[in-house]
Amino acid sequence: MQQRDIRLLILIVIVAVVAIWVSLPTNPGIHIAIGETTISRDIRVHQGLDLQGGMQVLLEADLPENQTVDADAMAAARKIVENRVNGLGVTEPVVQGIGSRRILVELPGIEDPEQAVANLRETGLMEWIDTGAQYLPPGTVVKTDMATSADAGETVTDTEAVTDTETIYHTVLTGKNLRDARVEFDQTGLPVIAFELDDEGARIFAEHTANNIGRYLAIALDKTIISCPRIEGAIPEGRGQITGSFSVDEAKATVLQLRYGALPIPLKIIDTRAVGPTLGQESVQRSIRAGTIGLIVVLLFMLIYYRLPGLLADLALLIYATLTLALFKLIPVTLTLPGIAGFLLSVGMAVDANILIFERMREELRQGRTLGRAVESGFRRAWTSILDSNVSTWITCGILFIFGNSFGASMVKGFALTLALGVLVSMFTAVVVTRTFMRTTVAVAGDDLRRKTWLLGI
Amino acid sequence: MFTLIQKRRWYFIISALLIVPGLVAMIYSTVAIGAPLRLSIDFTGGSLLELSFQQPVVVEDVRQVFADAGLADTTVQTIGAEGNVIVCAKPMEVETKEAILRTLEERFGAVTELRFESVGPTVGRETTRSAGLAILATSGAILVFVAIAFRNVPNALRYGICAITKMLHDVLVLLGIASILGLLAGWEVDSLFLTAILTVVGFSVQDVIVVFDRIRENIGRRRGEEFETIVNRSLLETLHRSLATQLNAIFVMVALILFGGVTIRQFMAVMAIGMVVGTYSSLFFAVPLLVVWERGELRHAFARLGGRRAPAT
Repeated sequence: MQQRDIRLLILIVIVAVVAIWVSLPTNPGIHIAIGETTISRDIRVHQGLDLQGGMQVLLEADLPENQTVDADAMAAARKIVENRVNGLGVTEPVVQGIGSRRILVELPGIEDPEQAVANLRETGLMEWIDTGAQYLPPGTVVKTDMATSADAGETVTDTEAVTDTETIYHTVLTGKNLRDARVEFDQTGLPVIAFELDDEGARIFAEHTANNIGRYLAIALDKTIISCPRIEGAIPEGRGQITGSFSVDEAKATVLQLRYGALPIPLKIIDTRAVGPTLGQESVQRSIRAGTIGLIVVLLFMLIYYRLPGLLADLALLIYATLTLALFKLIPVTLTLPGIAGFLLSVGMAVDANILIFERMREELRQGRTLGRAVESGFRRAWTSILDSNVSTWITCGILFIFGNSFGASMVKGFALTLALGVLVSMFTAVVVTRTFMRTTVAVAGDDLRRKTWLLGI
Repeated sequence: MFTLIQKRRWYFIISALLIVPGLVAMIYSTVAIGAPLRLSIDFTGGSLLELSFQQPVVVEDVRQVFADAGLADTTVQTIGAEGNVIVCAKPMEVETKEAILRTLEERFGAVTELRFESVGPTVGRETTRSAGLAILATSGAILVFVAIAFRNVPNALRYGICAITKMLHDVLVLLGIASILGLLAGWEVDSLFLTAILTVVGFSVQDVIVVFDRIRENIGRRRGEEFETIVNRSLLETLHRSLATQLNAIFVMVALILFGGVTIRQFMAVMAIGMVVGTYSSLFFAVPLLVVWERGELRHAFARLGGRRAPAT
């Protein structure tokens, strides 16, 4: 046995142990704190919408088809949709631009689809909020006394009347009083946001700023703080500047949000898919059962048909299954029902490489080669077939992935991704892992094994 | 030596028997329902609602509720467990759906929504177009790949074209079966069906490649032997592998069909049929086709066909 094989064997054992640890359903994740730096990551299976239940909505710019959609406006619309989705309190929502005029929204585990859709469609609400002496960092979600349909239409008039422990801030002005906003630069060359209010807005603003110097007047879009400037002095003419430590790009983005507090582009829903949590959970359990049965049958087949090499291939196959699952958790790959099917299919295909190799080996052994030579030439001569056939699967997966991505069919995408990844891992386990096991066995058992034809399945 | 390839005429007849009924079904289907296959809402646009009622319901009553809400062309079918129905209708808004659900609840008692899909007509049209593009792209890519992989063999392009012809053969068989089942059992073709077809295409080319690989190797090692004999030898040498591999894939798929979720049952069934057909056509269609071509029988056959036709006109 060569030095290289021993090193490989050690590597395989390490990889297998790590993969088993990662795949364990009880894996606590990685939470390490070394001095200042902390690494905190949960390791778990990300379930797609069809498994955990939820809703997927495809929004499209509601403009005539021949009209080009302004990319900036679309980006602003996406940002606004994202804010609203975050406001729904869903874990791991997805908001993704698709093409030049579409936005894909995924809301896992949503319980009230009607409310969610109503929320997405609502025209964006911009507010100037009196936060008193408290600075609120951008991104904070607040409640205000300005009612929206999201609050089920109840108008909260008196902050004292609410017994909720959360603070409800007073809305001084809303976006309907904004006339214009743009990026300007101050004397030091730093970007600032200049805005201009209409007459009514100017009056309210003048009054409020005169009475609240030194306090904060935050700007919120859809109840999320985007900027929290301090009132430096009374602003009588309804013009003002928001200064802060932001970059030019951030300033531009904020201006877009200010200007387009209402969605810059009307959006319509062109595709909705929702799966109830019951159906999803049932599918997961059924797939796990089906997968286990399928795997056991494949393991038995290999063992009975190829005997000792089959047993080694079975070990490699088990490593394959755990390693792939570990990769799904680490990358992470969102598992959908077709994705699980793709993974299970790749289990069936993972043994293909071994079958190719073992058939070659049998041929060589029948021609009277020594065991060592037969093993080596079995692997070497099956290699081109393995590579060629896997490349053809990758080509198909690549096309499926692009196809699935082009219109947000995450089911198709999930299938292509798991299958392609599975085939890649299988090349490692079926070739490198099995070969190392075979070489080790040959080295340990020696030439005696050659005579035990029953064990070798010849 | 056991001769397989010499019986090639029979294999072509079997392939024809596999394809022709499907073609007839597709033509009939085009006349009867306006499309060669029964297309799902993924391609046509529309909405699908899967509901589970606590008490059994009368399908017609449920349909009436949808009709009252302005969705006249609605079909309602019972599926699986008692009280489970699938509703197909025109695209509908979430609000409309919720309103209908409330009405259903008032009339027929508690109801759970299992699944809801609504696809606009534009999305449907685009899906159909990308589906066609995906199949074309896959064929093109595989043709190029096979031609490159076999560039050292004389007439490399022939291997690629045989692989592609075999691919079309498999796709035609699957489409035919889908069309027949669409007519007989109401099977609908959705984007998952397309995924299954493309996967079968990718996998089934594997088999051809393995046999072709062996032919390539044997041509180099057995100079002077007749092409037909070489091919026959290669076929026999790879037969074990093809059967063992397919058997394993079939094990997994049968397990998924029997014990897996209902939503992917059709997907897996198409895939399983495709695998079996794919293996058959690798060994008994693509390879004989290559032999026929290499031996110049193809031109011969066409000439004979042309000769027979000539007097008839």
